Amino acid sequence: MSSKPRTLYEKIWETHVVERRDDGTCLIYIDRHLVHEVTSPQAFEALRIAGRKLRRPDLTLAVPDHNLPTTARLDAEGRPVPIADAESANQLAALERNAPEFGVRYIAATAPEQGIVHVVGPEQGFSLPGTTIVCGDSHTACHGGLGALAFGIGTSEIEHVMATQTLLLAPSKTMEIRVEGELGQGVTPKDVILHVIGVIGAAGGTGYVIEYTGNVFREMTIEGRLTVSNMSIEAGARAGLIAPDETTFAYVKGRPMAPVGEAWDKALAWWKTLPTDADARYDKVVLIDAADIAPCLTWGTSPEDVVPITGVVPDPASFADPSKQVAAQKSLDYMGLTPGTRMTDVPIEHVFIGSCTNSRIEDLRAAAAVARGRKVASGIRQALVVPGSGLVKRQAEEEGLDRVFIEAGFEWREPGCSMCLAMNPDKVPAGERCASTSNRNFVGRQGPGSRTHLVSPAMAAAAAVTGHLVDVRELEPMGADA
Amino acid sequence: MKPIREVEGRAVPLGLKNVDTDVIIPAHYLKTITRKGLGKGAFETIRAQPGNVFDDPEYAGANIIIAGDNFGCGSSREHAAWALNDMGIDAVIAPSFSDIFSGNAFKNGILTVVLPQAAVDRLLEVAKTDQISIDLEQQTVTTPFQDRLAFEIDPFRKHCLLNGLDEVGMTMARDAAIAGYEGKMAAERPWL
Repeated sequence: MSSKPRTLYEKIWETHVVERRDDGTCLIYIDRHLVHEVTSPQAFEALRIAGRKLRRPDLTLAVPDHNLPTTARLDAEGRPVPIADAESANQLAALERNAPEFGVRYIAATAPEQGIVHVVGPEQGFSLPGTTIVCGDSHTACHGGLGALAFGIGTSEIEHVMATQTLLLAPSKTMEIRVEGELGQGVTPKDVILHVIGVIGAAGGTGYVIEYTGNVFREMTIEGRLTVSNMSIEAGARAGLIAPDETTFAYVKGRPMAPVGEAWDKALAWWKTLPTDADARYDKVVLIDAADIAPCLTWGTSPEDVVPITGVVPDPASFADPSKQVAAQKSLDYMGLTPGTRMTDVPIEHVFIGSCTNSRIEDLRAAAAVARGRKVASGIRQALVVPGSGLVKRQAEEEGLDRVFIEAGFEWREPGCSMCLAMNPDKVPAGERCASTSNRNFVGRQGPGSRTHLVSPAMAAAAAVTGHLVDVRELEPMGADA
Repeated sequence: MKPIREVEGRAVPLGLKNVDTDVIIPAHYLKTITRKGLGKGAFETIRAQPGNVFDDPEYAGANIIIAGDNFGCGSSREHAAWALNDMGIDAVIAPSFSDIFSGNAFKNGILTVVLPQAAVDRLLEVAKTDQISIDLEQQTVTTPFQDRLAFEIDPFRKHCLLNGLDEVGMTMARDAAIAGYEGKMAAERPWL
């Protein structure tokens, strides 16, 4: 053990080095591999062709999420409902075949534990502090909320992990994003991360692993930390990290795949050594005052296009960078927005509450607190609430949240990626506008021609009940404790 | 994987920054279970616009793309690299790339060349009329106008690309080291 002060990232990295090459590249051991149906078929295919096996199927967990329709999965007789889209059905069937063939644990679409891979991992205790976690999905950064080094990989890397349980990686630079102070009323973890992305930009974290520090993250729940770390990739960082602490340990303890007994005690002792040492240095430090963060949202087609809800659609000429001016104009054309329009004057037609960013129980509670006793506005064509997993859904139903949403006029759906990415029947039609709790506002992300405004669950619910983008703080007198 | 030494040809002067993976290949094309045929969906939203660079006859058969900052940002979908392969792209030149995309490109034999914005601007100009040459061995991009732009590349990646090496097979040969690590961890961190 070196005596040099180290960051959380460096500690996790160093304990996972199998071999170090002369050029600094390391063979890194992967503790946990999450698999879903979209990015895995070609990896399984490659293994089959080469006659290779999974090295550690016991460290691998597969669950379908991206393609699954969020309508009922079983018919009245309890039989699985066939999937109408032939290509989706084919891809889901491939995972269902590949998992048993290669000895991988598989959570079926109809199982109560099914859900979005990044909701299922933490919920099952599969994702643990101090582990390396990969998945063929960029929002794997999510699990960094537990203090795990978690990042998205491509299909060739999936194949590499399957065959060797390792990846060849160059170490990342480290960036500290410290947010200190008191968050204002109505400011949620989603607003914090949108604000951060707005500050550092969509490429600001490229080449870095971000560690979020400061009292704001220490005081945040695990659900909130997962939301923040989830969107690290929207700032260009392959992974985010939040130091594990008592909140983390309390969350992990008792989960189905979490260690127990003596193993738990041993794990806990090690996890407590992980936080960044007092004198450790980051390659870059960004300081943010919590008081500067308002409930915010995106106006354009990059997650860095962030304004406070009290703001206006920016004028492309207001950007110093000429290429940003061009990009902003293109964004405004696509989004159908005019500079100077107040964000709260923008009407919307769709609301999506869900995705790996915001579909956990706290997200649903925050949205329900706004929806309770109100009605979805008449101009809204569709308002979806999609729990992140079957277990989140069950808990929400036990708390009566489903009835709050249904009585307000929202649709209460089965778990999956849903309207986040237009791979399943939940899509936003061309030219229509969605207040969405998801993570990407890219061109065509929610369907060809769709227009996305990224918001927090409370803001999405507020938009649903007013029919336009709105400052959730203005609704609060009637809502419950949001 | 086929080895790469030089990439020479016309380049599509795309120029845009933050070209994300949904632009490179929209999600509705991700339902395939093989790697082939994705070229038809590549840059669909850009190709829907009249007068776009991809359908400009001037750049027909181009095997290089020149783009702005942060090319390939967004999702981890390797389909983005497969789509570029399928449309015949051998190299992308930009001031910066997303980390995941550049890894995926590398693993599919697509060369990602990082050059400063000023050099990229120069190449965007040249690309309108002339060919561009990339020499991986020398780590240079050259034009018929005596431009000679040097670029950096990770030595390991360079070695693999020059020799067309299969990374999975190379790592599987390190089995003893991996097994040694696993044995050590079983003792030190038995909860995993």
